[in-house]
Amino acid sequence: MENLERILTEHPFLTGMDKKHIQTLVGCASNVAFKEGEFIFKEGSDADSFYFIRHGRVQIETHVPQKGAIVIRSREAGEILGWSWLVPPYKWHFDARAVELTRAIVLDGKCLRDKCEDDHDLGYEIMKRFNLIIAERLEQTRFQLMDVYGKNAK
Amino acid sequence: MFMAKMQNKSKTSDISLIDPMLVQAYTIQRVVRETFDTFSLELEPQSGGGEFKFAPGQFNMLYVYGVGEVPISISGDPSKETPLIHTTRAVGTVTKAMKNLKVGDTIGIRGPYGSSWPVKEAEGYDVVIVAGGIGLAPLRPVLYYLLQRRNKYGRIVLLYGTRTPEDMLYRKQLEKWRSRFDLETYLTVDRATGSWRGNVGVVTTLIGRAPFDPLHSVAVVCGPEIMMRYTVLELLKRGVDEEKTYISMERNMKCGIGLCGHCQLGSSFVCKDGPVYRYDNIKHAFTMWEM
Amino acid sequence: MNNESKSVIERKDFQALFDALSAEGYKISGPTVRDNAVIYDEIGSAEELPIGWTDHQEGGSYRLTKSKKKTLFGFILGPYTWKKLLYPPEKKIWEAQKSDRSFEIVEAESKPIKQAFVGVRPCELKAIGIQDKILRDGQHSDPEYGALRRNLFIVAVNCTNPGNNCFCVSMNSGPGVSDGFDLALTEMFNGKDHYFVIEAGSRAGKKILEKIPHRPAKPEELEQAEKAVERAASKMGRSLDMKGLKEILHNNFDSHYWGEIAKRCLTCGNCTMVCPTCFCCNIEDTTNLGGDRAERRRYWDTCYSVDFSYIHGGSIRSTDYSRYRQWLMHKIAYWQDQFGTPGCVGCGRCITWCPVGIDITEEAGAIREKA
Repeated sequence: MENLERILTEHPFLTGMDKKHIQTLVGCASNVAFKEGEFIFKEGSDADSFYFIRHGRVQIETHVPQKGAIVIRSREAGEILGWSWLVPPYKWHFDARAVELTRAIVLDGKCLRDKCEDDHDLGYEIMKRFNLIIAERLEQTRFQLMDVYGKNAK
Repeated sequence: MFMAKMQNKSKTSDISLIDPMLVQAYTIQRVVRETFDTFSLELEPQSGGGEFKFAPGQFNMLYVYGVGEVPISISGDPSKETPLIHTTRAVGTVTKAMKNLKVGDTIGIRGPYGSSWPVKEAEGYDVVIVAGGIGLAPLRPVLYYLLQRRNKYGRIVLLYGTRTPEDMLYRKQLEKWRSRFDLETYLTVDRATGSWRGNVGVVTTLIGRAPFDPLHSVAVVCGPEIMMRYTVLELLKRGVDEEKTYISMERNMKCGIGLCGHCQLGSSFVCKDGPVYRYDNIKHAFTMWEM
Repeated sequence: MNNESKSVIERKDFQALFDALSAEGYKISGPTVRDNAVIYDEIGSAEELPIGWTDHQEGGSYRLTKSKKKTLFGFILGPYTWKKLLYPPEKKIWEAQKSDRSFEIVEAESKPIKQAFVGVRPCELKAIGIQDKILRDGQHSDPEYGALRRNLFIVAVNCTNPGNNCFCVSMNSGPGVSDGFDLALTEMFNGKDHYFVIEAGSRAGKKILEKIPHRPAKPEELEQAEKAVERAASKMGRSLDMKGLKEILHNNFDSHYWGEIAKRCLTCGNCTMVCPTCFCCNIEDTTNLGGDRAERRRYWDTCYSVDFSYIHGGSIRSTDYSRYRQWLMHKIAYWQDQFGTPGCVGCGRCITWCPVGIDITEEAGAIREKA
């Protein structure tokens, strides 16, 4: 527990967060590891967690008939994985698969959602930060959409 | 000017004294297919003793007999006089005709023209090289140059993004660069199938995590204009100085020497004032549409 | 200007100028009437000049009319500019002969002809100087232009009768010349007296002047000539306030007013064809049917064409207002950044020959007002 608190306190995503709130997060946190090829979550299932990736790489992908799995984004060490836990109906929109051995801190999203309802200060801190994440994803996705490199190989 | 017949014996520098629109004949020694529409030509001059010297970032005008001329960046090693290497995409009449040329065919060359990447000014700094798509071609000479003088620079980081893994240029070379300890190479693609195990995401996503000191870096960026715009924003966000950020602009050229007027971008002639620009000198162009 | 070196030649002796130039081997070009306009072409005698002709110009209108005076240079300006003779509208640059899998370049033969231009207006003289900076004095230049310029004899003519579309005073390019000529004339017509106050501006000019019957100018003749030019300066048809205009244009790049102009502009490019300083060109590479010969040719081009500026994604200036803006901003603002002077000399041709009469002085003024 002590270790998790130190790691979360030092993580840039939580910079400026009250020690009290960080401890709440720690209460919902645990270590987790995924083997190469293992799914972290699957499209359509309940989105009740998010991850601080500590080591390894995760691919966010979707399955397209006749094309197989299309990877739209990868996430690595230091990045946050998962924001669907905050947006109703709290379902994953994509698959997430570990491309190599991946270790992460998983946070119980359902538990955290309830805590945010009770403590709006905590809620605001979480919302502020995830707002940035979602905005960044949107911008990057728009850039991807613009297809700047032109015609593709296949 | 009154020479009735010009044998291909003069060097590039001599010709421009006579008429800067005359071309030097070069033979294609090798054709490398890089991706489905991109290819590299390795050229040797037909007259003996072609002393072709260029600075990283410069371009030549390439002439296909009877078809036309286009500006293409030089993408070989600036320390080697031959072969002269050009990597290009077949997108228009001339480049498509170029794609059909074979080893032994001839290409006309005029150049080198234009401004160059700040390889001397970057001495003592970290160097961040960000390439998008075919933008790696005008930047490859920078890598050759820096790696030949490795101890003059701090950390060297190469960030390269393409649409898919199949669109990457110089794959063998990328592997070699990736295995070097004195160069950090990060690759990413906009999308991939399951067999790609690397980064997936736009090239700007590599900037935040790349190991360089933004307060002591020179950044060189090349790729489609939108990609350069977004990349520069991300670099500036990370703290890189806009006076130490360089990009390479592209415009159609008919003469390459500042006389035809086609390549003008506001007050600037891309063929003479560019194609390499320091960002703060050209940033207004990025927000003035249809300039 | 050294008044002592000014002379007078009588109208009856004007032909001697032509004879002297011919004797020196110059191919003489000057104004002459053709197809209801005063154009520049090769002329052999003074009689081919537009004697007794003048013209009336407005926005989008040019009318050649008979004058009451039988002046030689009583007209204002026609659609042709001298750049036609220094930087031809179409030129073969080189030819290539296919040989094996290669080709051999055969440079287009070009003999440096000695040319004499008779009747160069001060604004046109300035325009030639502006083109010199680009076509001759840059890092790369056009060799033929340089050779033609070296072998060029200029007979300049001061203006005493400016037109409705003239604004050379605003652009510091007239109505009188101060240097850059071989001979300069001011035509004086007083009913019974018809003479030219003439001065040499070079050794070549002096040499020619010696072959023409002339006498020293009397003080009152000099005074009248000077006054005539001064009067012309006060009779300009238009004016363009250049003060701070470069910055105003740069700062108003996004003005909606460009769209207003574009409602009228046909992007036909006439203005670029008649402008004495426009230099944009196109290079075309072709082969003959058999493929054994290839040619490279240069043609005048215009920034008004949609594909003038493009990258493989498409045209950069696809809207008509962006192309009008490019022309005006280049002529007045960008040119200053590039070459140190504006590209406009105030000749007014663009106003005359615009089919819808768009007036550069009015539009630049409007941008200034709306800034």
